[in-house]
Amino acid sequence: MSYRVKLDAFEGPLDLLLHLIEKEEIDIYDIPIAHITQQYLQYLATMQELDLEVTSDFLVMAATLLEIKARWLLPSPPASGGEENVPPADPREELVERLLEYKRYKEAAEYLRQREEQMRHCVPRPVTDILVADGLNQMPQLQVSLPELIKALRDVLARMNQSEEAMELEREKITVAQKMGEILDQIAINRRGLAFSEFFSPRASKLEVVVTFLALLELIRRRRVVVRQGQLFGPIMVYPV
Amino acid sequence: MSVLFPEEAKAAIECLLFVAVKPLSIAELTELVGLPADDVQELLVQLGQEYNRNKHGFHLTRVGNGYRLCTRPEYYPYVEKLNKSGPTGLSAAALETLAIIAYKQPITRGEIELIRGVKVDRLLTNLMERGLIKEVGRKEVPGRPILYGTTEQFLWHFGLRDLAELPELEE
Repeated sequence: MSYRVKLDAFEGPLDLLLHLIEKEEIDIYDIPIAHITQQYLQYLATMQELDLEVTSDFLVMAATLLEIKARWLLPSPPASGGEENVPPADPREELVERLLEYKRYKEAAEYLRQREEQMRHCVPRPVTDILVADGLNQMPQLQVSLPELIKALRDVLARMNQSEEAMELEREKITVAQKMGEILDQIAINRRGLAFSEFFSPRASKLEVVVTFLALLELIRRRRVVVRQGQLFGPIMVYPV
Repeated sequence: MSVLFPEEAKAAIECLLFVAVKPLSIAELTELVGLPADDVQELLVQLGQEYNRNKHGFHLTRVGNGYRLCTRPEYYPYVEKLNKSGPTGLSAAALETLAIIAYKQPITRGEIELIRGVKVDRLLTNLMERGLIKEVGRKEVPGRPILYGTTEQFLWHFGLRDLAELPELEE
């Protein structure tokens, strides 16, 4: 191997290219495309030898590099229409733009990393309240067990208007994401919490009930709401976080 | 509740900062202690000065538009001894993605992927779960892709007052 890098340490093909450019001390505005393409492909080959997965992003970039190289080496077709002699566009231009833009955000990310490091040394009081989303990857504490939730859902379904002659109205398409928004809006107005059953209108279709239930579960998972049961067999209440 | 004397109001604010689980804004404190915003601001300044003057182990910091108490960085070694494992920082991939969103919001997943050159769908889910980014709408183009932006929690995480505090991008 001509060079050794920590394999798999790159955030993507652009990151790898930047690394190669810096390592070879190349002027980013004048990339020796054949050379860098060779280096890049060599790296991919090494990854494959080591049985590391070469993701499609890396392969797409390899194809891009080869295409640029081909256009770079081939004489450009004569300009049609006898126009002024416009210099042909540099096929590397777009790649350079992308590399520069990526580099800017990589630097911004480094700034964020430093800020994060400083913040790590400035610790707030630990959160004792389990109802709080603290952004740590702990599972939300369910104040209500899943069976109890399911039972509440069954009650809702049982209460539903199940008369046979219910009119089939045009089915509204409602997504879980929409429903989540609705629930959050409802709860924002009622900060003291709402009973679980209040989210289900008696005239809701079965589909809507299921979607609502899924939306609630998703909100619990994302710790945007919390459900609690004040007393045994009491109503299940949903609170904003 | 009866009207508070200044000293009591200051203590009340201190007590709220102590129990709060997130930074408290002037507006929130104003409502909680029932004093005009100017007075609350003044009492916060006084509290901050007292913590500094007496070299307390914690100080008052401002993040986002809120205030909170946190340990002084110079005593972090002791904190570390107490909490064997501190919070781990975000991954490089997460930081890159956040940087792009912070500067270019509102932005779609596709636009982020174009800049980073890699897929970011799983990362976005993860950042949403951590409350660092949120959906801020939809782009009015075919398919109406979701637009993402950073949250107040993002500011807290990095100790920023607002997005304007981010450095200019190099040209």
